[in-house]
Amino acid sequence: METKVFARPKSLTDVTTHYCPGCGHGVVHRLVAEAIDHFGLRDNTVGVASAGCSVMMYKYFDVDTLEAAHGRALATATGIKRTHPDLTVFTYQGDGDLASIGLAETIHAANRGEKITAIFVNNAVYGMTGGQMAPTTLPGQKTSTTPAGRTKAREGSPLRMAEMLSQLDGVAFCQRVAVYDPDQIYEAREAIFRAFETQLEGLGFAFVEVLSACPTNMRMKPIDGQHWVEESMCKFYPLGTFKDDDA
Amino acid sequence: MGRIEINAALCKGCYLCIEACRKKHIEIDDRLNVQDVLPVRVIPGTECTACPRCAMVCPESAIEVFHD
Repeated sequence: METKVFARPKSLTDVTTHYCPGCGHGVVHRLVAEAIDHFGLRDNTVGVASAGCSVMMYKYFDVDTLEAAHGRALATATGIKRTHPDLTVFTYQGDGDLASIGLAETIHAANRGEKITAIFVNNAVYGMTGGQMAPTTLPGQKTSTTPAGRTKAREGSPLRMAEMLSQLDGVAFCQRVAVYDPDQIYEAREAIFRAFETQLEGLGFAFVEVLSACPTNMRMKPIDGQHWVEESMCKFYPLGTFKDDDA
Repeated sequence: MGRIEINAALCKGCYLCIEACRKKHIEIDDRLNVQDVLPVRVIPGTECTACPRCAMVCPESAIEVFHD
């Protein structure tokens, strides 16, 4: 008797995404959809999208999705969760959105302990606008606005969001994962499941930072982008669980 | 033994699945798909263990895995 051991999640629509070949967003979308399927949340989940490459995620998730103003996904999600505490609310944001223009909203939502799941996709560049330097761009990394490489003296050091947010009392779960190979994707899946579970248990703010490749803006082949995440990004951004109140 | 089904229309040709497969069960097709890229296909006569590493890395969720 043949059984299907790996299926496309029901919470993903049958639409071809606009993401570039080898982009990490597709994998992270699938992991979030798997979590929604696993906990049976498809009918009472609201996603809040960021501005950035993930701006069109409402086309790809078969759940209600709201498009927030640039950077304000967690502020918008706060309103939804507080008026409808029975709904599961998640935000899906990139580094330009969550760590740059929306940094104030991010820190205050986390500090208030809003019972929201925030999925933060860190690819170290501004992807949608053409690969400019992001707050998370690595030291020495060449982007279209740092053609000679980012320097600490001129642009400062990158923000380590998971470490920063884990210091706040309102944060119940905080983990950094990566999606560069099948084993790491499995770890990322566990973390995203745990982040949704944290919200369902009402423990507080749940945050998952996902290190992901942007092969187009890194001018790399998809497989080289995966290696770059493993060899360069993971060195600067150590993977691990920074906080788990339920552990 | 295992078996995979590839939705070739969704494939964008990143070929991460070819790198992920330990059994060398997947190759690049010689015919373009609707997105004008060469999608991946199964190599006939090769083994699949239903592990499912190819499906895990596929950003398009274009691969489904079966086990008997």
